[in-house]
Amino acid sequence: MATWRPDPSFYPSPRMAAKAPKETLAYVAAFDPDRKRPDAIAVVDVDPASPSYSQIVGQVDMPNVGDELHHFGWNACSSCLCPNAPHPHVERRYLVVPGLRSSRLHIIDTKPDPRSPKIVRVIEPAEIAEKANYSRLHTTHCGPEGIYVNALADRDGKAPGGIFLLDHQSFDVLGQWELDRGPQKLAYDFWWHLGHDTMITSEWGTPDTFENGLVPEVLLGSKYGRRLHFWDLHKRKHLQEIDFGEEHQLVFELRPAHDPTKAYGFVGCVISLKDLSASIWTWYRDGDQWAVKKVIEIPAEPADPDLLPPVLKGFSAVAPLVTDIDLSMDDRFLYVSCWGTGDMIQYDVSDPFAPKETGRVRIGGIVSRASHPKATNGALSGGPQMVEISRDGKRVYFTNSLYGAIDPQFYPEGIDGWMVKLNVADGGGIAFDENFFVDWPKGHRPHQVRLEGGDCSSDSYCYP
Amino acid sequence: MTTVWPWLSLAGLGAFHGLNPAMGWLFAVALGLHRQSSRVVWLSLGPIALGHAISVATVLAVVAAFGSTLDPDRFRIAAAVLILGAAGYTAIYGHRHRVRIGMRTGMAGLALWSFLMATSHGAGLMLVPPVLSLCLAGHADALAMASSLPISLAAVAVHSIAMLTVTAALSLAVFAWFDLAVLRAAWINFDRLWTLALGATGVALLIQ
Repeated sequence: MATWRPDPSFYPSPRMAAKAPKETLAYVAAFDPDRKRPDAIAVVDVDPASPSYSQIVGQVDMPNVGDELHHFGWNACSSCLCPNAPHPHVERRYLVVPGLRSSRLHIIDTKPDPRSPKIVRVIEPAEIAEKANYSRLHTTHCGPEGIYVNALADRDGKAPGGIFLLDHQSFDVLGQWELDRGPQKLAYDFWWHLGHDTMITSEWGTPDTFENGLVPEVLLGSKYGRRLHFWDLHKRKHLQEIDFGEEHQLVFELRPAHDPTKAYGFVGCVISLKDLSASIWTWYRDGDQWAVKKVIEIPAEPADPDLLPPVLKGFSAVAPLVTDIDLSMDDRFLYVSCWGTGDMIQYDVSDPFAPKETGRVRIGGIVSRASHPKATNGALSGGPQMVEISRDGKRVYFTNSLYGAIDPQFYPEGIDGWMVKLNVADGGGIAFDENFFVDWPKGHRPHQVRLEGGDCSSDSYCYP
Repeated sequence: MTTVWPWLSLAGLGAFHGLNPAMGWLFAVALGLHRQSSRVVWLSLGPIALGHAISVATVLAVVAAFGSTLDPDRFRIAAAVLILGAAGYTAIYGHRHRVRIGMRTGMAGLALWSFLMATSHGAGLMLVPPVLSLCLAGHADALAMASSLPISLAAVAVHSIAMLTVTAALSLAVFAWFDLAVLRAAWINFDRLWTLALGATGVALLIQ
């Protein structure tokens, strides 16, 4: 329903969004790796003044089993204020929640009671296949032409994966986004520079190479994704491809600068075939082309092979496995999840070509199994994974599961889910909030976190 | 006496269109902010006004061409139905359009954007009643193409000057003095006002 004034959670610029009130609730995707009980969106109380702080206070179960909830997003956000396509009188109200494995799309209403969200529409995979020719739904973003959802495969589970549009009011599937996809085949993440009319997409692989876990031959053959694609956001046309080279595999999470006048961003590469290191790359505008530069390399840590899962034994080292990154609203701090070693690292990226480490905590990890002050069972499994930052940049939340079929390849003893929170010091530096530890209920593992009112990977802006 | 009100309402509608952030003043501010230049705000005004004027003029030309073939009463009802249709369209499909122009646009793109926004919002249709009453004032029983053309051109000019004046005043003032945070509270739902205005125009024409 249209409103008379813009949704109060919409901000013209990231500078203004950073002054938003503190979040009191977090929505977290939780899935059953055994695909026996329905996945869910859990509601976590993140208000320190509340008696139920650090507890799951609500949950909405999906109507089916085996969806594998993964990433999700809002129906509308600050990009509704953009001057070229204004539609600011919609509410940020619905969560758009895809099933990565099922290709089913759920629309969840967070009003009137944000602690008790309800499913209001389910779009079945057949409808998406019919209207957009895609499957394996991954990331969603609200944007200039509605809700953008990307998919890792076509309707038959093959390449190419791509993006389709949903109407932001009716949630009808509008169809495939691309008009000219050029050489792009693989898909993983996507986002954009609204100030530069540019979309960027990254690459993972086709479902046959990940739905039963990573395939070593594919990885060692450098057949997983290793490219970035740059697109004209409005002509929907592929412009440029950048290949990171055979050494680099799994080019994942894209974090463009929030300031729409800046033309750079960061992307994580999970693993180097040369030395198991992970890396962060900056993409930037170089003349009339886009270019990339490796700005951070996180080395593998030598380890006793007896402590390593079969996939890493031969290397006698733990790979950092950078599987998620997130950029603070002021474009100053980049958070890097090292799911293998168990580190969460904070870098000052004020100079995007010369990051400086400003903080580091360790929790879980394949070998370290580091604990948390509020954890009761000592050694923790899993490692820092999906990370989300509050709009004011003072709080960071993360969970520990990567993907159902890949979790046991690196954590063969199983992963018990948890969610934790960091407090951020003003000039940089991070520390655990010792009172926040969600010991995730058994049977589910947590993945992406979305914060009430928006967070640092939910909104994009048209004004500096 | 009879000819003052139509001109005033043309100017008033120009001011109303200029006030709507979706008709261009906000785009001019944004382009100025992106390129850090008040000159860009000034330069953007021309294409925004031009695109709007061409859209309005085209709609009025088409309406005038049809008008010259119908008797005034039939024409009035046909125009009313068309305008009510436009109101229905903006209510249902208001912002479900392809976005073709982005923040890197040049001045030609900006004019095209303004033309598309004005056209898809039915800006020109809103001017039909005042133009119709001006044309009928001289010829109580028929719409003559010969006289409706200069009147329509003058109507477009009056409307566009008013629209440009408000667009210029708003964009330059906001660029110079205001923080865009004002949008969060001050941006009332112009789409709804617009639909109501179109609906009222259609109904007024119908019951005239």
